[in-house]
Amino acid sequence: MNARFEDIWVYLSATPLLGLTVTLIAYQIAYGLYARAKFHPLLNPVAVSVALLAGLLTLTGTSYQTYFSGAQFIHFLLGPATVALALPLYAQFARLKAEWRSLLIALVAGSLTATVSAVAIAWALGANKATLLSLAPKSVTTPIAMGIAEKIGGLPSLTAVLVVCTGIIGAVLAKYVLDALRIADHAVRGFAVGVAAHGIGTARAFQVSEEAGAFAGLAMGLNGAITALMVPLAFWLLSNIA
Amino acid sequence: MLPAFTLLLIYQTVGEIIAHGLDLPVPGPVIGMLMLFATLVARGSAPEQLRDTANGMLTHLSLLFVPAGVGVMIHVERIRGEALPILVSLILSTALTIAVTALLFAWLRRRRP
Repeated sequence: MNARFEDIWVYLSATPLLGLTVTLIAYQIAYGLYARAKFHPLLNPVAVSVALLAGLLTLTGTSYQTYFSGAQFIHFLLGPATVALALPLYAQFARLKAEWRSLLIALVAGSLTATVSAVAIAWALGANKATLLSLAPKSVTTPIAMGIAEKIGGLPSLTAVLVVCTGIIGAVLAKYVLDALRIADHAVRGFAVGVAAHGIGTARAFQVSEEAGAFAGLAMGLNGAITALMVPLAFWLLSNIA
Repeated sequence: MLPAFTLLLIYQTVGEIIAHGLDLPVPGPVIGMLMLFATLVARGSAPEQLRDTANGMLTHLSLLFVPAGVGVMIHVERIRGEALPILVSLILSTALTIAVTALLFAWLRRRRP
């Protein structure tokens, strides 16, 4: 019986089925908890899912590579999801046209703050070069950030983790920071979260209100595009001048 | 849903071809997104089916970050060694970014109603 069970385990752990299934189960457990806690920011579903899965993999002695051979099917969807951002962006086209100057200025300032402050703080505290390069694109959505890290010589897989951490931190902190600054306008709140905390912040904003979510999606799409242009250019200039 | 999903993949593919073909620093999906946005603007409306499919995907956006997040397992050593700079940097920088963006955007909006 035991040997039979082991056979099945060996077979299953070699197929992509298991990684895919446990990811979906873990996410739904995490999301259920999050919904039951009335969407409290501290119970972020990405953070809870990652903790559940990392715990499970460690307990069963499964490697990340084995897990990812299944989970990659979910990871892959980040590409088409990025393209799909064109739709919420288009839904806000009228406001985009009316407010494009304010949006653009706030976006560039936010985008620069995100990159420069992250690298500067980590550098001041003694992080090494690969970590710094991997931190630079931390505020943009994973596929874009991994692409940037690769271009500038960071570690794409480390960047992916830092991006997810940033998203969770942003989704958790946003309410407290924005309340302290007495920012009540949902468009402004959403936009700021989208610039700082990409898709995870956007998912959080959509749970707060439709308006906040639309502006967060807008910010995330624009920030992805602008960071993808600016960061590699900045590093190219730096490495050619210095 | 299937035609809409196929359309998203076609835009992504064309985006990748352009990004790699011209050796651009911008990732393919971003080019795909910008092209789809331009198409919608030129067309003057978004097809309902495409809108529903995109909304469906974006509703579960946070799920898509989970596999990358679990990658924290393979970077435990590096993150433990540099926990202080990484954590302080992520927390401060993220809070600062939210504050700068929100304050500036709110101020600009008030000036230009």
